[in-house]
Amino acid sequence: MAFLALDHVNKRFGDHIAVEDFTLSVKKGEFISLLGPSGCGKTTTLQMIAGFVDPTAGSIHLEGRDLLSTKPAQRGLGIVFQSYALFPHMTASENIAFGLEMRGIARAEREGKVRDALAMVGLDGYGDRYPRRMSGGQQQRVALARALVIKPDVLLLDEPLSNLDAKLREDMQIELRQIQRNLGTTTVLVTHDQTEAMALSDRIVVMSKGRIEQIGTPQETYERPASAFVSQFLGKTNEFPAEIRLSDGAQKLIFGSCEWQAPAGPSGPVTVTVRPEKVGFASPKSDSLKGRVVSRIFQGNHWLFQCETECGPAIVVRQNNGEPQPEEGETVSLIWRKDDMGLRRAGESR
Amino acid sequence: MSAAAPARYPVPWKLLLPALMLFIAVVLIPLAMTIMLSFHKWGQYTGIEPVFILENWREIWSDSYFHEMFLRTFRIAVAATLLTAICGAPEAYILNRMRAPWKGIFLLIILGPLLISVVARTLGWALLFGGQNGIANKALMSIGLIDTPIPFMFTETGVIIALAHVMMPFMVLSVWAALQRVDPQIENAAMSLGAGPLTIIRRIILPQIMPGILSGGIIVFSLCASAFATPAIIGGRRLKVAATLAYDEFLNTLNWPLGAAVAVLLLMAIVLIVVSSNALIERRYAEAFR
Amino acid sequence: MSKNGPVALIFHTLFVIFMLAPIVVVCLVAFTPEGFLSLPVNGFSLRWFRAIASYPEFINAFWVSLWLGAASSLIALFFAIPAALAIARYQFPGRDALSALFLSPLMIPHVVLGIAFLRFFTQAGIGGTFTALIIAHVILVFPFALRLTLAAATGMNRSVEMAAISLGAGSWTLFRRVTLPLILPGVVSGWALAFIQSFDEVTMTIFLAAPGTETLPVRMFLYVQDNIDPLVTSVSACVIAITMAALILLDRIYGLDRVLAGHSDRSR
Repeated sequence: MAFLALDHVNKRFGDHIAVEDFTLSVKKGEFISLLGPSGCGKTTTLQMIAGFVDPTAGSIHLEGRDLLSTKPAQRGLGIVFQSYALFPHMTASENIAFGLEMRGIARAEREGKVRDALAMVGLDGYGDRYPRRMSGGQQQRVALARALVIKPDVLLLDEPLSNLDAKLREDMQIELRQIQRNLGTTTVLVTHDQTEAMALSDRIVVMSKGRIEQIGTPQETYERPASAFVSQFLGKTNEFPAEIRLSDGAQKLIFGSCEWQAPAGPSGPVTVTVRPEKVGFASPKSDSLKGRVVSRIFQGNHWLFQCETECGPAIVVRQNNGEPQPEEGETVSLIWRKDDMGLRRAGESR
Repeated sequence: MSAAAPARYPVPWKLLLPALMLFIAVVLIPLAMTIMLSFHKWGQYTGIEPVFILENWREIWSDSYFHEMFLRTFRIAVAATLLTAICGAPEAYILNRMRAPWKGIFLLIILGPLLISVVARTLGWALLFGGQNGIANKALMSIGLIDTPIPFMFTETGVIIALAHVMMPFMVLSVWAALQRVDPQIENAAMSLGAGPLTIIRRIILPQIMPGILSGGIIVFSLCASAFATPAIIGGRRLKVAATLAYDEFLNTLNWPLGAAVAVLLLMAIVLIVVSSNALIERRYAEAFR
Repeated sequence: MSKNGPVALIFHTLFVIFMLAPIVVVCLVAFTPEGFLSLPVNGFSLRWFRAIASYPEFINAFWVSLWLGAASSLIALFFAIPAALAIARYQFPGRDALSALFLSPLMIPHVVLGIAFLRFFTQAGIGGTFTALIIAHVILVFPFALRLTLAAATGMNRSVEMAAISLGAGSWTLFRRVTLPLILPGVVSGWALAFIQSFDEVTMTIFLAAPGTETLPVRMFLYVQDNIDPLVTSVSACVIAITMAALILLDRIYGLDRVLAGHSDRSR
């Protein structure tokens, strides 16, 4: 049974449709990411769960009880805001204690819980500091502790790491994941950063223009993107125009000078998609894509090639494993395993 | 979408109602009563009679004494406004180019008087102007700027100078605000294109701070046109302006309806001028300065 | 930052002299040892400051002004804070008209306000009372209280409040524990600016004050109308000193530029 269930949720602001027909069920303890570019409706969805925005239609249930008829103050959700939203006039301890105080927990018990919460996020001894005297990462931890100390049914994270620099963001990702695993708190993260979503989540909800594009595990959404949008948003991808047609009595996939065995399905134009790291260089053969290396960029642990092929531009990523790599201007043949390739019928790229 | 306004707050009417009731009861009703008052009849022995007549308005319309008085009021206001613009705008520009500690110190010195009682400031001018051998005349004569003392006290010149001083901070503040929106690199850009200092001021800076000068001018004008304490002290009993005349009608002659008519006319004139010039400025500068 | 040339500095010096001259003159004359208006060329004396003590009208007027300013500014805040929160946060029809109404005391000439209040309070039977003065001054200072509170409320990070709500704070707790503390600098400065406005106001108040409820500026004005002597300069010097002290305090709490910025948009 679903722990947190959003059922056909819609939100309109005047004529603008912010969220359309959003249905999602979250299991207890699950870490879900809402991933998409800005304006895709992910934050609005989060705010509807939090209660700061009322849906135009649809329902939201938490453990079977109707969340929409509950005031935001009584929903019992922990929220970490993008700006952290710490109370600037209260110390770290007072910030963390605020939610406990609202629940009428006695001072002595409060103090213990606050101490534990500070320890959990690695801020022992910082309790008496005011937020403005803390670094971004420390403020982030206080915000997390403040949200978690009330033992929320669901933890909502609104782009919590976007204000941190790259190195700190990676550390916080690991730490956040660990804390979430230990506590088993059901978590909904809103982010526009696909690596963050993939690193943290059990499942990712990819959104675009207010609609859900795909729901799946990080591997599923990356390896088998349900739409052009998903495949492009989750990392770089190559796309080649192709056609499936009957040739010599068999269905063939034809692109460039290649003629491959086609999977079952009707004839017609299709798009071949393949991730850059799945493409390899081969000696010229008849069933590979012919091209030329336009530029070669060294990026430490890998090489990035931009090629011009008979089917248009292509990107190839090769591990820097010591093997010789083609030079700029060299004629090459691109090849990949059939399993790594995706086929999309033309016109179905919503 | 984080800008989406949270909807789960109590209706704003609950928050607005106290202030709204207060303003209806103690601003709108008294103003309406004053307008009514201007149509009432007044007699030396009968006092105010609550009838609807146009006598007060007709008197202001036909009596040249009132024409002269309103003309003087607006003449003084225009002159004082020009004086503040001519002195205040360059000063704001100079101030903006100063270095860190001096900038703040001089801003405080120039804007601070805004908060000092108008009576105290005008008293200072009365002391400076005071009679034939006032300090101002002595100073001007000693540096050879004038040969004979200028009569400041009880003259329009004196009122204009004192009013310009009283209102100057508003102009400096308004131009200062406009200057804060000017890109500090823009002068260097103009210089790199070969513009001299005067060209930069005339072609680059002035057009950008013009809205500030104009909106400052509106503020200063409306305050000057309705000024009371300064014209009363420097102008004396004979040099009447609209505000001092209304005061006389109310507290000396006790002809309240006539005083109310003068006040209502003053209010209407100022509102008309302020609103229409605001609209003009906004139309003129709407596109360029958003 | 580019430097000012010599012409600019001469202009600046003359300008500053122009701005300070009347204020400095008042303060200097206040220290004269003579019995008539003159600069203290033959030494300084405090005789005219001591003389204030024997004029109870000035002392009384000072207390009236002090209480009037303090009370009316405080009362104005009670009305202004909720209104500012509503205007800062909600888009509703008539919002602009309402803010225009609330700021209208800035645009209405004080002489008109004085006349309107005189008529109104006389009809209401409370003409010349301290209560009438307070009500009038609440209206007078309301725009200043509103502006600074509004600026503070607009500049506030809304997600801080959402955080408090998500942690279980009800609306009163939210206001008392989070919203009010966060807008407090604006509220305090609004009070202080309102106080100064009330303390200095003469044009409107002169219509409403009766003997016994005369404020200090009104008393000073009426005194100057009769004759100008060193006594009124020493009183003025005291007023200037008090204002300066308030000014410096205000600068420390909130930053004077921000306070005065709330002062300038009079015509809107």
